[in-house]
Amino acid sequence: MSQEMTLALNETSAEATRAAPKKRSQWLEVWHRLKRNKMAMAGLVILSLVVLAAVFADLIADYETVVIAQNLSDRLQGPSAQYWLGTDEFGRDIFARIIHGARVSLMVGVLSVAIAIALGGSLGAVAGYYGGKLDNYIMRVMDIFLAVPSILLAIAIVSALGASLMNLMFAIAISSVPTYARVVRASVLTVRDQEFIEAARAIGGSDARIIFRHIIPNCLSPVIVQGALGVAGAILSTAGLSFIGLGIQPPEPEWGAMLSGGRQYLRHAWHVTTFPGLTIMITILALNLLGDGLRDALDPRLKH
Amino acid sequence: MSSEVTTQDLLSIEGLSIVYEVDGETTYAVNDLNLSLKPGETLGLIGETGAGKTTTALGIMGLVPSPPGRIASGKVVFAGEDLLQLPEEQMRRVRGKKISMIFQDPMTSLNPVMTVGEQIAEVILIHEGVSRKESVRKAGEMLEMVGIPAARAGDYPHQFSGGMKQRVVIAIALACNPDLLIADEPTTALDVTIQAQVLDLMKALKTRYNTAMILITHDLGVVAQVCDKVAIMYAGEVVESGDIRDVYENTRHPYTKGLFDSIPDLDHTVGRLKPIKGMMPDPTDLPSGCKFHPRCPDAVASCATTMPEAVTTEAGHIARCLILKPMAEPSNRVQG
Repeated sequence: MSQEMTLALNETSAEATRAAPKKRSQWLEVWHRLKRNKMAMAGLVILSLVVLAAVFADLIADYETVVIAQNLSDRLQGPSAQYWLGTDEFGRDIFARIIHGARVSLMVGVLSVAIAIALGGSLGAVAGYYGGKLDNYIMRVMDIFLAVPSILLAIAIVSALGASLMNLMFAIAISSVPTYARVVRASVLTVRDQEFIEAARAIGGSDARIIFRHIIPNCLSPVIVQGALGVAGAILSTAGLSFIGLGIQPPEPEWGAMLSGGRQYLRHAWHVTTFPGLTIMITILALNLLGDGLRDALDPRLKH
Repeated sequence: MSSEVTTQDLLSIEGLSIVYEVDGETTYAVNDLNLSLKPGETLGLIGETGAGKTTTALGIMGLVPSPPGRIASGKVVFAGEDLLQLPEEQMRRVRGKKISMIFQDPMTSLNPVMTVGEQIAEVILIHEGVSRKESVRKAGEMLEMVGIPAARAGDYPHQFSGGMKQRVVIAIALACNPDLLIADEPTTALDVTIQAQVLDLMKALKTRYNTAMILITHDLGVVAQVCDKVAIMYAGEVVESGDIRDVYENTRHPYTKGLFDSIPDLDHTVGRLKPIKGMMPDPTDLPSGCKFHPRCPDAVASCATTMPEAVTTEAGHIARCLILKPMAEPSNRVQG
C-alpha cells in the first residue's frame, strides 16, 4: 500500500512542479487586464489626480484665507497668473475652490455608494439566498423605492431632514439601495445553485458562512462595476442638489453650487460656471471610463 | 470472515423513502431502501442514471433540498443515532466531521475565488476548534497526503488539472478524519488514467484512516477494484447486495444478471451487445409490484402484483426477487 502511495506521490509531484505557474491572485489578473485598456487607464489617471487634489487640498490652498474669504475688489476676474482659473462673484480663487470641492464630491460620492452597497447588498443577498416569501417582500419594497425618481427622493429626504453633508449622503445612498439589491440578488441566484455551494453545505457550513464566505465573494464583480458608475452618479446628484440649494451650504465650495452661483454671470464672466462644469464633466467621464474598463477586466468569460 | 457478525453497523438505512413534489407531480426517487455498512467497509452503490443513488447520498447527509424534496419515511441510523431526527444544528456538526461527501464534477466543486489551502483549512476551522495558523498547517499536511506539494496551498482551483482538483476535494473530505466518506461518482468526470490514480489514492487513504466508504458509481469495473461490498440500485431501491465476490460470482437478481451480461467481453467476439430490454421506469409513474417486472426475462404473474421481500442467504447476500424464495433455504443450497 505504501508503495502505491509513494508512486502516486512521485507522479503527481512531478506533474505539480511542472504545471505550477507564477502565483497570480485573482485581483492581480484583473489588474493586468485593466492595464491593457488605454481608456480605462486614462480614467484611472484622471481619478488619481482628483483624489490627490482632495487629499492635499489644504496644502495647495489654505481654506480660511483663500477658499472662503471674500475679496470683492477682485471679483469676476478672468484667468491670470495670480488666479489660475479666475475669480468668482465674491473674488475667491476658483482653482482653489475647485480643489477643495473635490474633497466634498469624492467623500459624498464614495461614502454614499459604500452605504448603498452595504445596505442594498445585504438585502439582495438575503433575498436571493432564501428566496420565497422573504425574497418577494424585500424586492417589492425595493420596487417601491425604484418607482420614485431618485432626484425627487433625495430632495424629499433632504427637505425633511435639513440640508447637511450627512443628510445628503444618506439621501443619495437610499435612492441607490434598490439598484445594488437587484445586482447582488441576480448574482446570488446564479452562484447559489453551483456545486461548490452544495459542497460548502456538505462540510457543515452554516447559512451565514455560506452567504458571507462563499456566495458574496463570488458576486463582487458586478457590484464593483456598478459601484464605479455609482460614484459618478452620486457626484452628479450632489452637484444637482447643491445647484438647487439643497446640498452643501455656502460658503463651502462644491462644484454644483459653484455652477449655480455663476449662472447669472454667464454672459460676461463665463469662466465662473464653465470651469466647475468642466471639472464635473471630466471626473464623471473618468469614472465611467474606469467603470467600463473594470466591467471588461472582470468579465468571467475571459477568465482562465 | 464470520467475526464481522458481532461488529455493530456503522450505518444502517431502514426503509428510506424520499419523494420530490413539484407542481402537484410526485417523483418517487427512493423507495423503501435498506442498506448497511460496518466501520471501515467500502460499499459500492451501483445503479443506472436515475436510480436514486445521489438522492440516497443526499438523504444520508440531510442535504435533500427541502421545498421540493421530502423524506417520506425511514431511518438513517449512524453510530446509533437516527440522523433524520437530528435538528439542523447538530446535523451540521456531523457533516464534514463524521460523514463527508465528495461530488461528481471536480471542476465545479471548488470555490473559484478561494485558494485550495483556504478551502481545506475551512473544514478544519469549522469542526476542530483550532487556531487559524494550525488549520493552515494541517491543510498543508492534507495536501501532501493527497500528493500535492504543500507549497501550492496558495494557488487557486483554476491553476490545477481535473485530477488534481479531485485530490483537493478528497483532502477537504478527509481533513477531519470522518468515519464515513460518501463519494458520488468521483471519477466519472476524469479520464481513465487519472481515474486509476484517484482510485488508488482513495484506497490508500481509506486503509490508512480506516474510513468506511460508500462509492456511488455506474461503473462495475471501478467497484470491483475498490469495494468490499456492493449494492445494486434500481428505481429507488436496493435489489441486490452482499459481499462483492458473492454478488459478482453468484448473481441472483435478474437485473444484476442483465447488467453483467451487457458488459462486452474482451475474450469473446460477439455480433451484438446484450442490453437489458426496455427503459428505467418513469419515477413519477412506477410499475406496481416488483419495479423491474416489465423488463424482466424471468418474470411470473405474481411479479406484477406483489412487492418482493428481501431474501437473504447466510453469507449476507440479499436479493429482492419473488422467484428466489424457494432457493433461500440454507440447508438445501447446492454450491455450483
